[in-house]
Amino acid sequence: MSQLLQVLLSGLATGSIYALVAIGFTLVWQAAQTVNFAQGEFVMLPAFFVLAGLHFFHMPLWAALLLGVVASVIVLGILFKKLVVEPILPSGGTSLVIATIALGIFLKESVKEFYGAEAQSFPSMFPGGTFHFFGAVLSVQDILDLVFSLCVVVLLTLFLNRTRTGRCMQATAQNPAVAEILGVNVKRMILYTFLINAVLAALASFLITPVYLAKFSNGETLGLIAFIAAIVGGFNQIRGALAGGLLIGVLDNLTATYVTADYRAALPLVLLIAIILVRPQGLLGTSEGRSV
Amino acid sequence: MGARIRLIVIVALVVLAILAPLGQKGYVIYLLTSWLIFSIASMGLNLTLGYAGQISLAQASFMGIGAYVTALLTLKGWPWIGAMPLGLVACFVVGLLLGYPALRVKGHFLAFVTLAFNTLVFLVLRNEDWLTGGTYGLSGMPRPSFGSLSFMKPLYFYYFTLAVTVIAALILWGIVRSPWGRAFKALRENPVRAESLGVDTRRITLLAFAIGTTYGGLAGALITPLVQFIEPGSFGLVHSLRILLMVVVGGSGYFFGPFVGTGVVILLPEVLRFTQGYYLIIYSALVIAMLAFFPKGLMGIGAWLRQRLRPREARRDLAEGVRLK
Repeated sequence: MSQLLQVLLSGLATGSIYALVAIGFTLVWQAAQTVNFAQGEFVMLPAFFVLAGLHFFHMPLWAALLLGVVASVIVLGILFKKLVVEPILPSGGTSLVIATIALGIFLKESVKEFYGAEAQSFPSMFPGGTFHFFGAVLSVQDILDLVFSLCVVVLLTLFLNRTRTGRCMQATAQNPAVAEILGVNVKRMILYTFLINAVLAALASFLITPVYLAKFSNGETLGLIAFIAAIVGGFNQIRGALAGGLLIGVLDNLTATYVTADYRAALPLVLLIAIILVRPQGLLGTSEGRSV
Repeated sequence: MGARIRLIVIVALVVLAILAPLGQKGYVIYLLTSWLIFSIASMGLNLTLGYAGQISLAQASFMGIGAYVTALLTLKGWPWIGAMPLGLVACFVVGLLLGYPALRVKGHFLAFVTLAFNTLVFLVLRNEDWLTGGTYGLSGMPRPSFGSLSFMKPLYFYYFTLAVTVIAALILWGIVRSPWGRAFKALRENPVRAESLGVDTRRITLLAFAIGTTYGGLAGALITPLVQFIEPGSFGLVHSLRILLMVVVGGSGYFFGPFVGTGVVILLPEVLRFTQGYYLIIYSALVIAMLAFFPKGLMGIGAWLRQRLRPREARRDLAEGVRLK
């Protein structure tokens, strides 16, 4: 019983981080109608910005984390939009998807060549230690991960629903042409979406890297899991991405503990195909009309 | 380009392919053979991507299926010519089973389903030691032989692969020219209009994907006797991405695009060898730049240049109108 509780709670903790990445997927999907195949690498990279700050500039941790966020916003937000999305979007979604695949390889190989292929330890934002909860041993890191990412999701939802900018962003996502007519600065809203995606990726990076260590190849599985979380939950809903992330986190831990660890990486595929067959719009998603 | 000029160019290329390996060292012959084999794989992906407009990220895993089926059967004493078709059938069936759910929904779902599938195939190949030899892989597959005719020597095997490639290309040419193929093209140009003309887009897309995977299987069946050692790592996601880039670099939707793209992707590491580890960085940056400036790939650059040099030539679909003047 206590083992089950432990598996569930740590599953929720990793799931909440998947959710952060999955929300990034849905945001970029809404802004550019494309799937960002480099999303996993977007989460891998910020940790290396922080490590560079710590090791090369000998910054204190808080300053390095700040550097990580700023660098991510510049590279993964602004440069990504200006150098990749804007030039390639006119030639179609398929080209852009392939470009993000190439971008993923570019980021991964760059980190490997410039920072090394070995896994590096990464300092946690939170204090270490464990505590006991109905017989389950939980790390403080896990619990604070869960709390922190839930807070981020709540704040983001509030921002999107309650503020003027947030509502403009939603209008842009639903119908850029109409939003433009109504006086929304569509270009700026799309830029904001990319910036938020970059910040979310940086936060997810800071939460997940202490657990998995900083490694150039971290993005591969992370991107896949997060995408599947986004589909499972419903691609056009932020709470869908949250639900999908938590669900995959828990199921992943359950299969690894009780069924088989060998085929752990195959679970998302099974879940993905099941969802597509039964409920293609996702668990919480609303189906989109087909555009002609 | 007139049909006669095209025919001359094709014949010249085939003659060039026949002459290329003569007097070369083993490594060059090996490179040329793998160029042909990966061209077959990317030809298949080109059908899925260039003609049906769907991204598949599992071509390497279909190569894996083809390779393992062929390897297991030839190691049991089957001749290559008997084992290979079973590998193709396996790929076709798996392609249908995988494509059916993914193509029920629009968007880039096939991309992610195939991405996950590639991981699954890798895990099965690695974990099911009793069948696949696990991480140690399988080795010692014989090269094909027909009676007294043996393709054991690298040069002979190259010619064998060349013959298979030409046959595979002719079959694909037939498919693309057939009513099916015209449906593929209608689908690429305008899916909605194709559907309104009575083309069952979902079925055609599924078929294009399944045929594409079969070509992947054929490439796998040829890789088995070429390297005579297969292990799960050779069919990982990286290789699927490589095949995808071959199609994109060459020019997706152009019949000869895959050959050009595969040549570049296979040869570029040799050219960029002095950059050592930076090869993939340079390469992926080049791909992004190319997509920004020439989304139709190298063949697209060729078409663009031709248009610049001979601007007065009417587009073929406007030829009727030009004649009316």
